[in-house]
Amino acid sequence: MSGIQQHFISSPSLGRLVKGLSRLPRLLLSVVAGYLRELGVGLLAILAAMVVVGFMIAAAGLDTLRAYRALLEGSVGSINGISETLVRATPLILIGLGIAVAFRGGMWNIGGEGQFYLGALGAALVGIYLPPMSPVVHVLLALLSGFTCGGLWAAIAGYLRARRGANEIVVTIMMNYLAAFLISFLVSGPLRDNSRLIPVPQTPRIVDSAVLPRLIPQTRIHAGFLIAIVAAVAVWFLLERTTVGYSIKATGENPEAARYGGINVPLISTLAMVLSGGLAGIAGMSEVTGVHRYLLEGISPGYGYLAIAVALFGGLSPLGVILSALFFGALMVGAEAMQRAVGVPVATIYLLQGLVVIFVLARQVLLRRRRILDLKA
Amino acid sequence: MLQMCGITKHFPGVVANDSIDLEVEAREVHALLGENGAGKTTLMNILYGVYSPDRGEIIWKGKSLRLRNPRDAIEHGIGMVHQHFTLIPTLSVAENILLGQRTPHEPFFDASAAERIVRDLSQQLGVKIDPHVKVSRLDAGTQQWVEIIRALSRGAELLILDEPTSVLTPGEAERLFEAIKMLTGKGKSVIFVTHKLKETMALCQRVTVLRRGKVVGTVNACETTEHELARMMVGREISLHVERRPCTPGDVVLRVEEVSALGTRGQQALHRICLEVREGEILGIAGVAGNGQTELVGAITGLHPVTAGRIEIAGEDVTRCSPRQIIQRGVAYIPDRPWQTATLPDFTVAHNAILRMHWDAPFAQKGILRPTAIMQYANQLMTQYDIRASSSRVVARQLSGGNLQKLIVARELARQPRLIIAVNPTAGLDIGAREFIHKRLIEQRDKGCAILLVSADLDEIMDLSDRIAVMYMGRVVGHVTCDKATVEMLGLMMAGVV
Repeated sequence: MSGIQQHFISSPSLGRLVKGLSRLPRLLLSVVAGYLRELGVGLLAILAAMVVVGFMIAAAGLDTLRAYRALLEGSVGSINGISETLVRATPLILIGLGIAVAFRGGMWNIGGEGQFYLGALGAALVGIYLPPMSPVVHVLLALLSGFTCGGLWAAIAGYLRARRGANEIVVTIMMNYLAAFLISFLVSGPLRDNSRLIPVPQTPRIVDSAVLPRLIPQTRIHAGFLIAIVAAVAVWFLLERTTVGYSIKATGENPEAARYGGINVPLISTLAMVLSGGLAGIAGMSEVTGVHRYLLEGISPGYGYLAIAVALFGGLSPLGVILSALFFGALMVGAEAMQRAVGVPVATIYLLQGLVVIFVLARQVLLRRRRILDLKA
Repeated sequence: MLQMCGITKHFPGVVANDSIDLEVEAREVHALLGENGAGKTTLMNILYGVYSPDRGEIIWKGKSLRLRNPRDAIEHGIGMVHQHFTLIPTLSVAENILLGQRTPHEPFFDASAAERIVRDLSQQLGVKIDPHVKVSRLDAGTQQWVEIIRALSRGAELLILDEPTSVLTPGEAERLFEAIKMLTGKGKSVIFVTHKLKETMALCQRVTVLRRGKVVGTVNACETTEHELARMMVGREISLHVERRPCTPGDVVLRVEEVSALGTRGQQALHRICLEVREGEILGIAGVAGNGQTELVGAITGLHPVTAGRIEIAGEDVTRCSPRQIIQRGVAYIPDRPWQTATLPDFTVAHNAILRMHWDAPFAQKGILRPTAIMQYANQLMTQYDIRASSSRVVARQLSGGNLQKLIVARELARQPRLIIAVNPTAGLDIGAREFIHKRLIEQRDKGCAILLVSADLDEIMDLSDRIAVMYMGRVVGHVTCDKATVEMLGLMMAGVV
């Protein structure tokens, strides 16, 4: 080896190339190792949570192993199961990405649920009331409308925090209720589908050109999943490769230093909030145009809240959000199978989800404590 | 009275203390001298029971001592005043004094006992402290007295003072020295932890010098010189004062006219301040912290709103400009406590190096960051300014204090500024790093840069400044050229006497 290297080093540029190339694998390895470590920690948290919950299932006199097998088979054991998992994961990815952007920008956006509702409303209006047109244009318009509605809804909280100092956690939580009641009012009143014999609280169906295509026949998996993946790439690019992303992260990390650094902190934190709400809005759009095809009361089974756990479990990074959304989506689907097969209540899954998040956060707290000890030294 | 023998303490990756021997006699003021990271504070924390040593023995009054926590140390009569205060700001002085102490009245608060302690001890020490006032309302100097009173009230016979003068004016430091002499007169011993040579010489009988976790030597203060101590501390020849040519001022770069501003609590922080800094000169602002320096610097950099007056940079009115507009006019700013106010701890060194110009070419084009250009620039800064980190990809929080400070200084000076505003640029740095930063500042001055230097460290002000302005209660109370300034005169002005 050394002989070969010496031979190359005799020609300087080649030598440099070889040296550079020989460094490359180590660099790649360290990057991959970093990801693997994070992944390992996540898997460990899941395992620990499953052990704890397993004992509880056993304590209730049920068969833990059979329950977990049902969970696995239900969520990823068949084409249909996988497709259902992806259907659940889609809104979780989108809202989770939004929450990651807000959290990275130091804004504690708990309003994913409300922003999701508003996005659903925006998409439904475009889908119902615009005339049929080219599907591509119609879907894009619905997407834009969903993004705008969700973004503006979040902008209220962002503005109140940035300019008036109102706590965004409180404001966004309250606005979740406003959004839910607004949708209830609209679908049982002004927007209700009155063509039915017995009117139910839901809007008329959106026109066909606004419907997102299904990806696999006979299943519910739709193009919204692809939108979510594209959004994840876009969020990664924004955060890692643009000055706006730099400013958002700087503001979240140390607002005082950001201000010193010439960053307009109120503007950037409002912007982070708008992007965050916009992504949740796209999730609403994808549910309306991809799954239900009309707007209804209670369109979200708590996606907005679950997405907070998804974002945290995913380490607030786009790739992490995708992986953790897939996991949480699988749990949602598998839980139903588990209840059917073994009679374990669905609520057990909430326990599992809660424990996973607690285990991951516990590690972060431990890490921080170690860091503080190191600093003291 | 106290012997520490062969104390060794490892932290992950470093040997903080390597078989250290230290001997303190009764009635002695013993200086523990060393640069940052030399292991002074670690050693003292071992003596105070915060850490337990890996090896070594503490012998106190002839008996071997095993300390599990600070409570043990206090019970044996060892008291410590930390560099970063440990008082609870929302409690009163009296409440802080009794914190963690038992009284016969428990569980009720023994207010009269606390008041008596504060009154008696503050009288002995020759300071005035109201036991009922909240600690948050006291200035740093007074808080330090409260810390000392607390330690004494618990029966400390050996008092450890960790860098006690870093928060004091020269006058206050003088008072502290008087008090320390009084205490040793009463049979107490003091370990005085510092990296300041003058104080060591003025106050202490013996000096133990630490370098990189080892004892370099213990000497009698009367048999040594400042220069000798500096050499022991740093391990090489060092110039204590920067050399500089007389200045040749050019055009006015910064003009502050009749500027007034409110402080964060709504008080009048600046009263019609007037200043001028020219090309190629350093204007030093002396003053005790909290006399309007923060607001003045904030006003110039666009971070703090002004209520009246006018600020010009190179002839342009910038009074209402945003921080970014001021940066773009070529103003570099090294703020106070930069690890808090000017760094992004979880960003990489490279991304920290481009803060304040991250929107500009070559680091970004049309809003897209250019990683290669950023990395190259960061590597260049790291070599030029000798910033030690394993790579520009490590996060800033992994850098030591000195390296972080160098990174900030490098970032600000490398952009070829027209005006530099530096606030306490070497606070907490050791002599070596301090010398380095001073040289860079003088270099910039000689290149024609205008520099406004705000520092609580009078030596630094006197070493570097061509002219000195003294601030007191939001006004400029005096203005002198460097050749006419003396410490006594500046000290009196800073205290508002002249």
